Amino acid sequence: MQSIQAIISQSPPVDKVGVEERVARFQSRSIKNESKLQGLKMVLNMIDLTTLEGKDTPGKVKQMCYKAHHPHDLLPGLPNVAAVCVYPTMVELAKKELAGTSVKIASVSTAFPSGQAPMSVKLDDTRFAVDSGADEIDMVISRGKFLSGEYAYVFDEIAAIKEACGKARLKVILETGELSTLDNVRKASDIAIYAGADFIKTSTGKIQPAATMQVTYTMLMAIRDYFDKTGTMVGMKPAGGISTSKLALHNLVMVKEILGDAWLTNEWFRFGASSLANDVLMQLVKLSDGKYQSPDYFSID
Amino acid sequence: MAKKQELQNNSWEYAPSLESTSHISIQKKYDLYIDGKWVKPSSGKYFKTINPANEEVLAEVADANEKDIDKAVKAARKAYTNVWSKMTGAERAKYIYRLARMMQEKARELAVIETLDAGKTIRESRDVDVPLACNHFFYYAGWADKLEYAFPNRNVEPVGVAGQIIPWNFPLLMAAWKLAPALATGNTVVLKPAETTPLTALKLAEIIDEAGFPPGVINIVTGYGDTGAALVNHADVDKIAFTGSTAVGKLIQQATAGSGKKLTLELGGKSANIIFDDAPIDQAVEGIVNGIFFNQGHVCCAGSRLFVQENVADLVIRKLKQRMESLYVGNPLDKNTDIGAINSKKQLETIEQYIQIGKAEGAEIFQPTCAIPSKGFYCPPTLFLDVAQSNVIVQEEIFGPVLTIQTFRTVDEVIQKANNTPYGLAAGVWTDKGSRIFNLTTKLRAGVVWANTYNKFDPTSPFGGYKESGYGREGGLHGLRPYVRLK
Repeated sequence: MQSIQAIISQSPPVDKVGVEERVARFQSRSIKNESKLQGLKMVLNMIDLTTLEGKDTPGKVKQMCYKAHHPHDLLPGLPNVAAVCVYPTMVELAKKELAGTSVKIASVSTAFPSGQAPMSVKLDDTRFAVDSGADEIDMVISRGKFLSGEYAYVFDEIAAIKEACGKARLKVILETGELSTLDNVRKASDIAIYAGADFIKTSTGKIQPAATMQVTYTMLMAIRDYFDKTGTMVGMKPAGGISTSKLALHNLVMVKEILGDAWLTNEWFRFGASSLANDVLMQLVKLSDGKYQSPDYFSID
Repeated sequence: MAKKQELQNNSWEYAPSLESTSHISIQKKYDLYIDGKWVKPSSGKYFKTINPANEEVLAEVADANEKDIDKAVKAARKAYTNVWSKMTGAERAKYIYRLARMMQEKARELAVIETLDAGKTIRESRDVDVPLACNHFFYYAGWADKLEYAFPNRNVEPVGVAGQIIPWNFPLLMAAWKLAPALATGNTVVLKPAETTPLTALKLAEIIDEAGFPPGVINIVTGYGDTGAALVNHADVDKIAFTGSTAVGKLIQQATAGSGKKLTLELGGKSANIIFDDAPIDQAVEGIVNGIFFNQGHVCCAGSRLFVQENVADLVIRKLKQRMESLYVGNPLDKNTDIGAINSKKQLETIEQYIQIGKAEGAEIFQPTCAIPSKGFYCPPTLFLDVAQSNVIVQEEIFGPVLTIQTFRTVDEVIQKANNTPYGLAAGVWTDKGSRIFNLTTKLRAGVVWANTYNKFDPTSPFGGYKESGYGREGGLHGLRPYVRLK
């Protein structure tokens, strides 16, 4: 295991202007016809349908779980979404609702979204979610510690949570909106990856800006470099702010051109979003019958 | 669950996304635009211009000879003496602004015609060539009534009749670079586009006509090298501006020597792109790609000699190869194409010859595994590794998507090697360290030095070369100077 200093000293500097230029190239890709249809189905199949609010009710979670494997029954041949993402207290219910489907249960943990809790609480939070049946854990890093330069603390915390996850896959949320620079995003990505993250994830969805393409690009490059060095794949989940099909497709373009087709599956790439699913469904219906329908024809939960 | 299996096969290709050509109008036959009229060439001869992407004929274009050139220069002289030089700067600006606006309105048509005639990708003609061309007119229109501020305490006079000869790599953009400062300062013009790419200049002539420029202010004559020679040698031309090869530039310099004609030359290059170990590597790799593969490498300032610091060379080369695998070579009209067609058969042969020379010189070659259309002129993006400073492919301008890669150890070494060329058009420096950038920009003998970027153009920024890359500057305040006499 490399020392934390060795890891972050290898994080290359990131030039924002250059990144913006590269991202503009991805956005100039034109996805049409059969590519669009296939892309949209992939997007739908990569969505983590999410509800993370204080006012969440068992009823809402139940409805969301149904939608997860019945996204739009009027259009046959649609895939289900990848997972539902809920608070730990809702995991048990979601597990029951989704029994027998391939939809995974993801739970946020570690005092989501702020991460401002002692280590013991974060570990308990995680164990509770795993014990309740979560397949995936979405943790947040301690941004305060990271910004004050305590990289080793951040690293150790991720490693400890990873251990507490057991068989559950760990997604590490960097909350890039609070890291302020792309250099920091890259550094945090490297720390998370080397500490054992199965996925790195941009945001909680509670802070703006969230999953900009510039941030996602920077994180994908970290995954690419790690794969080239070790041969180990790490997943990516942009979350927050991706609400249109077009933006989602541009994200797929970026994944394809940086990481390759192997990442174009929900095992390695996810969208954390709640409103994206309906926009994708609208586009899919448009591709099938040529008409844009009103949003009222798509169930919200 | 059949649908699940379908998703496990996760290969995803981009379907063709072709820009429509239904909205453009190209005539079957183009005459010469002289004195505000379309006139037949006195020889009666026309030549064909083809689409290099599929070798289909696009149109026939008049071949102008000495007589036609004489007619055009006379028209330009008349317009200069009677109208254009007498007009106030503010009035001239109105015409130029109008032209720029009309070009913007026809931007899509201009972009498609440029792509058809030159083989460059629609992405570049749409996002780079056409908008930049419009911006050049806007920018210089702004100077037309402010020349006394450009040259304080001097009396500014136009030069007279300018003969302008432009290349085939950025046909419309180069026309704009040449026309805009000349017109703004009160000169009249005879412009000769390249024989392989005359169509956007001729479209521009139509727009100029529609914009109502006084007859003879802008004359556009098409033809081959002898047409250009006739323009250069015409006694009543006051100023020659040429962009093209160094070999032709030397001939023009000889021809104009002692004639009193003012001359600016924008010639070839073999520009160095320098990557230091502290550079933002991924963005630098992107900069390498933009530096050499932009416009199929048909760029005089292309970053065709790459210098990478030894300790990151393996990393940079690996990443560069990886990046090249995601470049699409093919139909320039496809919005997803990254590298379009080589401009002409002749140029393709030249490039292929250099690739053979590179192999014979013992350099290691790399080309990505990309599909290339069977018809049309195409060349895959190409790297040469393990090259020596003395190799022909390192010394001579290839003008294609071919990059040579050398490594270096120290700053002094790379400055010496970068400057060790007859050319001096541009250079790129990639480092996270500001002080190093300033050190290099003062020591590199190149007209343009880009820091942490490459191939960035703007009308406000002067462009031009050192040594055999020519003299005179185009763009910015400096770009006015060749078109004025100061008292």
